[in-house]
Amino acid sequence: MHAMSKEVITVMKIRTIGRHARESLKNISRNGWMTFASVSAVTVTLILVGVFFVIMMNLNRVAQTIEGDVQIRVHIDVAATQQDQQTLKSEIERIPEVKSVTFSPKRNELDNLVKSLGEDGKAFKLFEQDNPLNDVFIVKTKKPNDTMVVANKAEKLNYVAKVRYGQGKVEKLFKFINASRNVGIVLIIGLFFTAIFLISNTIKITIIARRREIKIMRLVGATNTFIRWPFFLEGLWLGILGSILPIILISIAYYRAYDYIGPKLVGTFIKVLPFDPFVYQLSGILMLMGALIGVWGSMMSVRKFLKV
Amino acid sequence: MIELQEVYKKYPNGVTAINGIDVRINQGEFVYVVGPSGAGKSTFIKMMYREEVPTSGTITMNGVNLAKLKMKKVPLFRRNLGVVFQDFKLLPTLTVYENVAFALEVIEAQPKFIRKRVMEVLDLVNLKHKIKMLPGELSGGEQQRVSIARSIVNSPKVVIADEPTGNLDPETSWEIMKIFEEINTRGTTVVMATHNREIVNTLKHRVIAIEAGKIARDEQRGDYGYEN
Repeated sequence: MHAMSKEVITVMKIRTIGRHARESLKNISRNGWMTFASVSAVTVTLILVGVFFVIMMNLNRVAQTIEGDVQIRVHIDVAATQQDQQTLKSEIERIPEVKSVTFSPKRNELDNLVKSLGEDGKAFKLFEQDNPLNDVFIVKTKKPNDTMVVANKAEKLNYVAKVRYGQGKVEKLFKFINASRNVGIVLIIGLFFTAIFLISNTIKITIIARRREIKIMRLVGATNTFIRWPFFLEGLWLGILGSILPIILISIAYYRAYDYIGPKLVGTFIKVLPFDPFVYQLSGILMLMGALIGVWGSMMSVRKFLKV
Repeated sequence: MIELQEVYKKYPNGVTAINGIDVRINQGEFVYVVGPSGAGKSTFIKMMYREEVPTSGTITMNGVNLAKLKMKKVPLFRRNLGVVFQDFKLLPTLTVYENVAFALEVIEAQPKFIRKRVMEVLDLVNLKHKIKMLPGELSGGEQQRVSIARSIVNSPKVVIADEPTGNLDPETSWEIMKIFEEINTRGTTVVMATHNREIVNTLKHRVIAIEAGKIARDEQRGDYGYEN
């Protein structure tokens, strides 16, 4: 007997879910311009969020490339023997922030110098017999921000002639990158909450218009869960509907922009994120955000009318 | 059976609407609740369907104490109760049929049963031929008949009506009263707040008069007793 009644309840639930889905879709078309208002609010906000996200992610990508290029050059004292060099190498490797240490003999260093100077560099070829440069350890850190720390530590080790990492410039660059990241994060969070506020307000207006409906549902004995479901689904549809236009616009714009800017950046250190997979990921994020904002907005708004 | 014991209701703004009421209404009774405006009639009715909760005292309906009923249980309680309002409270976007079926959909009744039962009650209120119309296309009396149909579609033991004829002309009011009489004859308790003197004095039933938050008069087959 007990088992049977349970089964009946399950069967009813499935039918009820169908009813809720139909009901939510019906409401979307019935509430014509209210639906339009909510969807537009989602659309406008998501376009803003999307554009901003594209800019942020690409700036971040550029920053990462620059940071990845930063290396510390530890010049080895000429007096150091093979043995001393080996000791120094393991000492550097023991610094916790260090990712890798590569040895670059002075012959290489001279070659690089010659190459970097082009025609004028040929003059330095004379030094090949009596190379005045140092052997160098090229040190990469695990995190770009550790560069200064590692450089300071390396400077104190024995047989280190000097440490070079673009002092001054690197500090400024990192400061700039960090600052712009923080500003970006704050702006994205701010934008996200503005979006929620804006959209939940719009949805609230559409629900206030249906306060009566909710009250009647309560009076004929609908449970809160039963009342909430169509609104939950409606919020979901509104959010997803609202994310379609931003996704299309941003995809087209990014495709065009990538086509236009891409070739001009070849050979520079700036690389933008490729269309695939970035735009697909972004579309997913926007749709998810739309859905979340829609559902959240409608749940927040319906809540206060359920206490009748 | 409905029983009120030592019921008081004081609103947060300091107004005492109900100032000590004890009353018992048996199953199958037909009761008019009368009294001047602002005397507590409306609060009395609202407490019956648990829109308002008494500040103190107990209200027992069908064995449930409404004063202590948890928010979560309110919907289940209302399923055994029909409520009819002066302003009908129909959903304007639903058809006559849908409005009545709504009360059964909400309790997740079987579709087959819903179809059969909705047609039954619409037949009782004589609206079988208008099932596809929207409330806005109906006259006031017809809308009230839809709302009555909705209130009894769950076969409740009690129907609470708050001035059901308040918005209707005299002739239509009589039609509506006929339906309430019919519902009552079938064994349903009817509690009706009304200002309609002619109805109370013609269709004789028990009359409870509320004045200043207290029961001023409680008579079987009583009179309306006020000048309109």
